[in-house]
Amino acid sequence: MRVYEVLFIIAPNIEESDIDTLVTQLSDVATNQGAKIAKIDRMGRRRLAYPIGKFTDGHYVVFTLEGTGAEIAELERRMRVTDAVIRYITIRIDEDLKRAEKFRARRAARAAASAGSRRSRRAEPVLPIGDDDEEGEGEEE
Amino acid sequence: MSSEQRDHGRRDDRGGRQGGGQGGGRRFIRARKSCRFCADKVDYIDYKDGRLLGSYIPERGKILPRRISGTCAPHQRMLATAIKRARNAAILPFTLD
Repeated sequence: MRVYEVLFIIAPNIEESDIDTLVTQLSDVATNQGAKIAKIDRMGRRRLAYPIGKFTDGHYVVFTLEGTGAEIAELERRMRVTDAVIRYITIRIDEDLKRAEKFRARRAARAAASAGSRRSRRAEPVLPIGDDDEEGEGEEE
Repeated sequence: MSSEQRDHGRRDDRGGRQGGGQGGGRRFIRARKSCRFCADKVDYIDYKDGRLLGSYIPERGKILPRRISGTCAPHQRMLATAIKRARNAAILPFTLD
């Protein structure tokens, strides 16, 4: 299973109640295709950094969902034919989240190791902590 | 011969340093820039955070190079990806003038 983040922008001339129905409609599309929606984040009305079509602002909505990818295709198809959606972006985030988790674990391990070595410094010589086999080294020096 | 003389003249113009300088040129001692994301222990840079990303795009809307900001390579990569995503989401502009 993959985790995706689907962000889309709804045109500003859409009524608040219509936005609600559109959001539930789109989330239903995803769930019907077998996706599990983890979070629906309505970021509200924001200014666009550049005009899209003839709009200078829009309602931002973010879905965080878990699925196989098939439902993303259907969701994107639906958004493409919906005029109220002026922009959509899908980003796969499970790999980024995993990477972030790895960094966090490594930092925790390092903190534990340095605390341990400080305690046992008098007893035995401190070995340098090996960090040679990892790519994407998080800090300098 | 003449080139040697010219070199001497130039050195005097520049720093007024007399003789014996083997380092060649002046060394500036500047406080070392450090990666803000490392300091804050950031593992993932969110493309939706327009305010954070906005501090890394100067007037033209380009991505601030890490030689200026001091960001480390892994974080600069994340930052660049996030900025590019944000541009497509109309959170950041492609160009500014």
